[in-house]
Amino acid sequence: MAEEVKLMKGNEAIAHAAIRCGCDGYFGYPITPQSEVMETLMAQKPWETTGMVVLQAESETSSINMVYGGAACGKKVMTSSSSPGVSLMQEGVSYIACAELPCLIVNVMRGGPGLGTIQPSQGDYFQTTKGGGHGDYRLITLSPSTVQEMADFVGLGFDLAFKYQTPSVLLADGVIGQMMEKIVLPDFKPRRTDEEVRKECPWGTMGKNGRKDRNVVTSLALESEVMQETNNRLQAKYKAIEENEVRFEEHNCEDAEYVFVAFGSVARICESAMEILRAEGHKVGVLRPITLWPFPTKEIQRLTKQVKGFMDVELNCGQMVEDVRLAVNGQVPVGFYGRQGGIIPTAEEIAEAFKAQMVK
Amino acid sequence: MAKIQGAVTVDTERCKGCELCVAACPSHVLGMSSKVNSKGYHYSEMVNAEACIGCASCGHVCPDACISVYKVKLQ
Amino acid sequence: MTPEEIIKPENLVYGRTKVLTDNIMHYCPGCSHGVIHKLIAEVIEEMGIQDTTVGVSPVGCSVFAYNYLDIDWQEAAHGRACAVATAIKRLNPETNVFTYQGDGDMAAIGTAETIHACNRGENIVIFFVNNAIYGMTGGQMAPTTLIGMKTVTCPYGRNTDLNGFPLVISDILAKLDGTCYVTRQSVHTNAATIKAKKAIRKAFENAQAKKGTSVVEFVSACNTGWKKTPIEANAWMEEHMFPKYPLGDIKDTVKGSQLSDEEKNAKY
Repeated sequence: MAEEVKLMKGNEAIAHAAIRCGCDGYFGYPITPQSEVMETLMAQKPWETTGMVVLQAESETSSINMVYGGAACGKKVMTSSSSPGVSLMQEGVSYIACAELPCLIVNVMRGGPGLGTIQPSQGDYFQTTKGGGHGDYRLITLSPSTVQEMADFVGLGFDLAFKYQTPSVLLADGVIGQMMEKIVLPDFKPRRTDEEVRKECPWGTMGKNGRKDRNVVTSLALESEVMQETNNRLQAKYKAIEENEVRFEEHNCEDAEYVFVAFGSVARICESAMEILRAEGHKVGVLRPITLWPFPTKEIQRLTKQVKGFMDVELNCGQMVEDVRLAVNGQVPVGFYGRQGGIIPTAEEIAEAFKAQMVK
Repeated sequence: MAKIQGAVTVDTERCKGCELCVAACPSHVLGMSSKVNSKGYHYSEMVNAEACIGCASCGHVCPDACISVYKVKLQ
Repeated sequence: MTPEEIIKPENLVYGRTKVLTDNIMHYCPGCSHGVIHKLIAEVIEEMGIQDTTVGVSPVGCSVFAYNYLDIDWQEAAHGRACAVATAIKRLNPETNVFTYQGDGDMAAIGTAETIHACNRGENIVIFFVNNAIYGMTGGQMAPTTLIGMKTVTCPYGRNTDLNGFPLVISDILAKLDGTCYVTRQSVHTNAATIKAKKAIRKAFENAQAKKGTSVVEFVSACNTGWKKTPIEANAWMEEHMFPKYPLGDIKDTVKGSQLSDEEKNAKY
């Protein structure tokens, strides 16, 4: 069968991909710039086809706790929101991470802090990769830079979440959420039967159903030794994720003397800036982290031996740049250029900033 | 007429000595033992056994589900 | 006959239900939680639904409810039990889902989740233990604390200028179209436990029949928080709590029954 190419927004792509990857439930609350996710789901009525539950909750607090309830059954559940809404979810995210439940959280970022603006941003890098809620936990963070990746990372996010029993975040900037591009939607995958869910997630709480022992999903451990053990288990898991799941993409890094580091929509603009700079004779490459956590630290360390400097560009005041600097560890200069409030830098602007900071 | 006679057992290790069963008994069968269990609680026991009618009021109000009630019909 | 002659398996008329685990409850002596746990366990056994029931425990004294009933459980964040239960039930329509919440969990921090689950008419059961005080954290004021009642955060008595008024949450929930059954019970006497148990069973049956959300409030004693013996606490509850929180059914119907078919199927 020929591939079916469609034109749609990134937010719509997420909804279609969710239905197609066998998602059991979506729980969310409207917020710009991602409301099309739930709007598309409601229009598609997947409960009549795949049996997927779609529910508009009364708040993001409720949404994330519905995700907790569904995930604790072993079901494939997700929510989506934008920055202020995701802030409201942080309590639930910490609980889900501690209870070691798989789920997918989509954050289509807008400008902050505060109520901020509905325009695009990448200001939630810290919140997502450093742990926005309380306690020591990490979130697998996938950063799409195309509408195609918006669709593809839904399935990937769920796969990683179930592989490691931990939440995955699809962290997109508002540009990717609102932008229309042509994409090929993933193939339909049926939802798992309850028997399959029980087999895959023997810890799930759908009723004992003949099991001898009851299942309890909790994040509570009052005894210090038990809580320390929980932390040790989580850290061992995070270490395995850091070793196995780093994803990134490189353009022209082989001979690069300078490397742009950027994620999401900005990485695409940096590619254009790279072309401008290459035409002027600057040997520039682009490194696009796809997983923001785990971060491609080793790759940056490898490139550090080769390049004269890195140029980090973000739609914020400088967040990922801290991870770049940690990886570089002072060995070469690391420049930064950021725009805020929904202002998207042009390729020319980035090229000029590069020259001003990096080329003496 | 058939007369009912009851009797109760108390899981003394579970009992926390709250005395709610003593208050709930309509026949004043139960009282608190002078002995204590391993947690240090005085536990309840039958102090007026022959008055028990096996109504299970004590069992129903017991927060720790430590009372079993037995009953026979005497001819 | 001597007690030894009577105490034989064939004469057993009341004993511990197998739905309760062997764990000794952590609650204070005389705490109403134990009785309510036991009644829920007995109903689960009598209805034969142990294999299909999922409980959601709260934050508060009953956070460890999952240690005492031998069913599947989820422990929710403070106040979020109704949201958690909503998802469990929606994703697993054949399960029997209940939340077990205190006054702080359900009527303070979780008011939004409670009201909206009830308003959606989720086919779940909400067990609400109202003892007018925060037990676990050490006896602070609850939304349901009575006017003039002393707690460690209103040590001179609840003052309406400072603290507002006792929240009669069940009356509010009864006004919502999504609830089918809202009742207020207690477990301090034999007769009360028998009535309460019937209410618990009815609530589960309502959920199975998809009638809407059932709320069973238990007006309860916290003798430790109230600084009384269990027996004194029960007497104090009758004297002071019951006038504000009167026992009995507040609502018994089917969700949406207040609306005409025309209203229910309206399209604009």
